[in-house]
Amino acid sequence: MSCADDVLVRVENLVKHFPVYGSGLIRRSVASVQAVDGVSLTVRRGRTLGLVGETGCGKSTLARCIAGLIPVSSGKVYFEGKDITNLPRRAMRPFRREIQMIFQDPYGSLNPRRRVGAIIGDPFAVHRTASGQQRKRAVQELMERVGLNPEHYNRFPAEFSGGQRQRIGVARALALRPKLIICDEPVSALDVSIQAQVLNLLADLQADFGLSYLFIAHDLEVVRHVSDAVTVMYLGRVAESGPGDSVYDHSRHPYSAALLSAAPAADPDAAAQRQRIILAGDVPSPINPPSGCRFHPRCPKAQDICRTAEPVLETKLGDPSTHLTACHFPVEAGEVLARAGRKERR
Amino acid sequence: MSITEVQFQATAVEDAPVEAIEGRSQWQLTWRRLRTDWVAVTSIVVILLICAAALCAPLVAHAVGHGEYQAFPNKGTNSFGEPVGPGTNGFLLGTDAIGRDLLVRILYGAQISLFVGLVTTAVAAIFGVSIGLMAGYFGGWIDTVLARIIDAVLAFPYIVLALALAAVLSPSLAIVIGVITFFSWAGISRIVRGQTLSLKEKEYIEAARSLGAGPWRIMFIDIMPNLLGPVLVLATLYIPTAVSFEATLSFLGIGIPPPAPSWGNILAEAQDHYQTAWWYVVFPAAALLITTLAFNLLGDGIRDAMDPRTERLLAGSKSKRERGKRGKQGGNRGLSLDRGIMVGRQADQSVDRPVGAGDLPAGEEG
Repeated sequence: MSCADDVLVRVENLVKHFPVYGSGLIRRSVASVQAVDGVSLTVRRGRTLGLVGETGCGKSTLARCIAGLIPVSSGKVYFEGKDITNLPRRAMRPFRREIQMIFQDPYGSLNPRRRVGAIIGDPFAVHRTASGQQRKRAVQELMERVGLNPEHYNRFPAEFSGGQRQRIGVARALALRPKLIICDEPVSALDVSIQAQVLNLLADLQADFGLSYLFIAHDLEVVRHVSDAVTVMYLGRVAESGPGDSVYDHSRHPYSAALLSAAPAADPDAAAQRQRIILAGDVPSPINPPSGCRFHPRCPKAQDICRTAEPVLETKLGDPSTHLTACHFPVEAGEVLARAGRKERR
Repeated sequence: MSITEVQFQATAVEDAPVEAIEGRSQWQLTWRRLRTDWVAVTSIVVILLICAAALCAPLVAHAVGHGEYQAFPNKGTNSFGEPVGPGTNGFLLGTDAIGRDLLVRILYGAQISLFVGLVTTAVAAIFGVSIGLMAGYFGGWIDTVLARIIDAVLAFPYIVLALALAAVLSPSLAIVIGVITFFSWAGISRIVRGQTLSLKEKEYIEAARSLGAGPWRIMFIDIMPNLLGPVLVLATLYIPTAVSFEATLSFLGIGIPPPAPSWGNILAEAQDHYQTAWWYVVFPAAALLITTLAFNLLGDGIRDAMDPRTERLLAGSKSKRERGKRGKQGGNRGLSLDRGIMVGRQADQSVDRPVGAGDLPAGEEG
C-alpha cells in the first residue's frame, strides 16, 4: 500500500458476531449471527470509499463498529494510525469529534421532541466547545451552510421535509469539523431529485472541508457517482474492492458482476447490450453461512473447490494492484455468465 | 468558511427585523386540542375551583366565624345532641357530631387531600421516572434488580403495610405521604421502563451516542422529553388515586389523625350518624367524588389530546352533534362514552359514514 499518512482509517480483519440466545431457563448462546466476518478496508484522507452490498450483508454493522457504537468481536480499527478498537467511552471521546455519522432514516435520526437548533447544537453541548449565543451563531451558520433557513432554528423536525431533515443530519455531523463522516445510506430514503441535492451538498462539503467519507449504499449508481474506491460486501465478507472505475468496468467477482448488471442504466443502448445476470435464491442465513466461498450456492461459476476452499482477497488477471477480488474463478473481460446460478441448497 | 460567514452575516443583516420562526411544540398542540374538549376544560375549571376553595378555607372560616376545630355544643347540635342540618343556625352545610362547622372542615380537608395528592404524585413521578429510566436504559443486571423491586412493590398489600406502620409509629401526615409515595412510584416506573426500552433503540439515540453523549445526558436530554407526555397523563391519573388512598387510610384511622380534618376521617366519624344526618356523609363524599372525577376526566382528556389520532374522534363527535341538531338520532354525544377506546371509536365512525361523514377531516387547526 502507499504511504501511511494518506490513510485515515484502517480496518483490519474486523469480526462482529451477534450471539443468538436459546429459549431456555439459562440464557446461553446457541449460535451467532456472523454479521461481519473478517473485513479489512482503508479510507483515504479526503477521499470517499463506497461500500455496497445487498440488505443484510453487514454494511451497517461494519459502519457502527468503525464509529465505535457497538463493540467489535475481534479485529482492529485504526484511526490515523491509533488503535481505537473497543475504547472505553471516555477514551473514545476525542475520536468522536473526528468520526461522525449521517444516518439512513431522516425521520428516525432526529429527536421529534427537540428543536432543530438544539439537535444541531448537541455536538457543541456534548463536547462543551460553544455555549449560549456563540452556539446559536455556530448552529445558524451550519444551517446556512447546508442550505437550511437559519430562522427555522426553533422549529421541530416534524416541520421539515425528508430532504431538509437529512440536511439537519448533515449539519449535526459537520458541527465538530470531523475528518471522517460515515454516511449510512444517507439518500436511500429520499426522492431521486432530493438525493441529487444531498449528494451535491456532500460533495461540496468534501471539497470545502477536506472530509473523508465512508459511503454506504445499495444504489450502485449513487456509489459510483460519489466514490473514489468501492468495496463490495457479501454476507459479512469483502467480495471485491478497488478503484471505482476498475471495479465497475471490470468486475471480477461474479457477485459484483451480477449486482452491477442488475442496476438500471440511464442509457437504453447500453442497457440493451448488457447481459443481465439473474441470481437464484436468497442470501443465505448469516447464522450458518455456506462453507468455502460464501457466494457459491448462488454463483453461476461455482465448482467443487468453491464449496471447500475460502478464496483469498488478491489481485486477479492483471488488474491494478489496488483492485482485489476474493474468487477462485474471476470473471474475465467479455465473459458471459450463465443466466442463472444453481439453486440454493436447503 | 469565511465566505460562509460573510454570506451568513449578509443575510442576517437583511433579515434582521424578521424574528426567528418559532415551531409549535408538542405542548402547544396538545393544549390547542385540549381546549376543544369541553369535558377536560370543565375538569380544569372544577379543579381550579377546588384548589381556590381549599386555599380560601381560612377566609371562609373567618367569614362564617367558625374555626376549624371549634365546636358549638349549643347551636351546633340539637336537643338530642345530634348534628344540625344545612342552613341551620348559620351552618351552611350543617355540623358534625360535636357541632363543628362541616363546610369549614371540608374546606380544610381539601387542603390536606390536595396537598397529599400533589406532593405524593410529584415525588412518585420523580422517583418513578428516574428508576424507570435507569432500568430501561442500562438494562442487564441493573434492570433485573430494579424490575424485581418494582414487581415486589406492586405486589405488596398496601393496606397491610399501612396498618403495620400505623401500629408501630403513630399515624401522621408524614407517614401518609410516605406510604402513598412508596406505593405510587412503581407503577410510573414500570411504564417509563417500557417506554425507555423502546425509545433507546431509536436512531436518534444512536446519533447521540455517536456524538459522544454519556448515558445521563441521553437519558435526561434525549429520552426524557419523549416520556413527559405519558408521565403527565399518568401523574394526572395518580393524583385522584392518591387522594382516595389518603381518604381510605384516614377512614381506617391510620391516616390523618383527628381532630385535623380530612375527608376520610370526617366520613369515618359520620358512620354513626348517617341515619339522622345525611349531610354528614353526603358532603365530604361528594367533595371526594368531584375531586377524583375531575382529575380522572382531565387525565383522560390530556391523553386524548396527546394522541394526534384523536383529532378525528373529536371531529367525528362534532359531526354527530351537528347531526343531532338537525334532528336525526338526537342527543347521543357518545363523546364521554367512547373516549379513548379505539374499537368504539372506529365502530362509531363507520356508523357515521353513510349519513354525513363529509366533514370528518375538518380539524380545528388554522
